[in-house]
Amino acid sequence: MDTEDYVIRQISVFSENRPGRLAAMAKALEEEKVNILAFSIAEAGEFGVVRALVDQPEKAYKKLSSLGFVVSFTEVIGVRMRDEPGGLYEVARILGEAKINIEYSYAYSGKEMAVLILRVDNTREAIKQIRAHGGEMARIPSR
Amino acid sequence: MFWDEKMETLRGKDLEALQLKRLKWTLAQAMKVPFYRGLFREAGIRPADVKAVDDVEKLPFTRKKDLREGYPFGFLAVPRQKVVRIHTTSGTTGKPTVVGYTKRDLAHWADLIARNLTMVGLREGDVFQNAVNYGLFTGGLGFHYGGELMGLTVIPAGTGNTKRQIEMINDFGVDAIHCTPSYAMHIAEVAEEIGATMPTLTTGLFGAEPWSESMRTELERKLDLSAFDSYGLSEMYGPGVAFECPEKDGLHIWHDCYLVEIIDPETGETLGAGERGEMVITPLVKEAMPLVRYRTGDMTMLREDGCACGRGQKISRILGRADDMLVIRGINVFPSQIEHVLLGLPEVGDHFMVYVDRVNYLDELTIEVEMKRETFSGELSDLARIQKRVTAALRDVLGIRTAVKLVEPGLLPRFEGKAKRVVDRRGGLF
Ligand SMILES: [Zn+2]
Repeated sequence: MDTEDYVIRQISVFSENRPGRLAAMAKALEEEKVNILAFSIAEAGEFGVVRALVDQPEKAYKKLSSLGFVVSFTEVIGVRMRDEPGGLYEVARILGEAKINIEYSYAYSGKEMAVLILRVDNTREAIKQIRAHGGEMARIPSR
Repeated sequence: MFWDEKMETLRGKDLEALQLKRLKWTLAQAMKVPFYRGLFREAGIRPADVKAVDDVEKLPFTRKKDLREGYPFGFLAVPRQKVVRIHTTSGTTGKPTVVGYTKRDLAHWADLIARNLTMVGLREGDVFQNAVNYGLFTGGLGFHYGGELMGLTVIPAGTGNTKRQIEMINDFGVDAIHCTPSYAMHIAEVAEEIGATMPTLTTGLFGAEPWSESMRTELERKLDLSAFDSYGLSEMYGPGVAFECPEKDGLHIWHDCYLVEIIDPETGETLGAGERGEMVITPLVKEAMPLVRYRTGDMTMLREDGCACGRGQKISRILGRADDMLVIRGINVFPSQIEHVLLGLPEVGDHFMVYVDRVNYLDELTIEVEMKRETFSGELSDLARIQKRVTAALRDVLGIRTAVKLVEPGLLPRFEGKAKRVVDRRGGLF
């Protein structure tokens, strides 16, 4: 497997704290039969960013843009987490030693096991380092 | 190029003699109005006391409130039957103000508009789209007849149906457009959406609301034309009172038709050139409705540095109407200053709204501005950075702290006529 295969395209959507905006987003994706695999909301006062992993990022991007949402792609990576203590520490240690910063992270519960989604400041180097240190990268099924 | 070179370049003793003659005529005309007879009696002054142009300073002011109280025909100096047209200005509170015109007034007005159109470089036979409200608003008919007088092909487009406006510009080979700057921005936006260009358009005349230099840069870039500032007010016929020449460094106020002074709006004291204050105008040729020292509420200053074009008296671009001025925690803020800051920042879009609230007895200014699709990186930290940058830029210019809210593009209202971007939610004083 190639490093590039582990780069995941997350969609990031600008969101104001306006009632119904998140619901509208979810509904639009459902209509397009786009599955939301994981999502998180980051807020700073009056506005925020909705981050979502979907199975069809292109389709989601097009649909949401056409509805007036402000959307962009963000590269993230996924690390498979074993169900044992210390897993998160391991990943943080590997990246820390390689001087790679974690900007944010959130969890995704896949069918077989939990996946930690990470946004780092050097995506490709992070993939190489984690793999070199025996970490297991996740591939998110996407069409 | 001049429409009336002699009048436009008149100066020195000749100009002063003409102004004095016309001022005396205006005062005689005003004395036919009961309001002025009372006002002059109260002030203990007679028209005969005016022996030089500068004596105008001794005369009492006329305020918008007075005109409103004269509703409907209290300010007419001619029999109503001699009034061939009526316009009204929308009053934000209570009754509108009525403005009457005699045949002579309409001829003067059209002549001034023709001067402006010629000054910005338009020639007989050019195609002119007048995309402002027709009807009671003076911008429509004022430019319409001025354009016809100088021989332009005038399209009375009015406002609305923006796609059709763009189509007409292209089908008729329109050279110049007149509209509010907000509507021009909307036309540019719609043209971009539908992928249309307007290659024949060379000249934009924008007025009816104050607009900034950043707005000029934006409009000139987006519409690929040369943008000129147009100033007027219904009480002085309408548009055409002052206009930018190709130097675009101040507006020539037509010295043979309008006597201009700048005063301190608080004390009423006359200010010198280069001092910013409220503009007071005494029209010199208005027949149906002469006015004396009318307080326009517009904030500007006199310029005395001459002009390469050879024309006379200039004023600075209007910073705003005193009515539009917001007093936030004791600091004066004009919406045009906010516009200037926002348009100068590439990170945010061109549309904004301003809200004023009172929270715990303190005025709070909230500015909603649309973000730009292209500048959204997907990172929350970048959004926070943009918000901080906008807040800092506003603080630099306005001198106060504001709350900046980034909103989705397309969410804020678009305006076809005068933009109403300020919502004051403070209510009465309490
Ligand atoms: Zn000039």
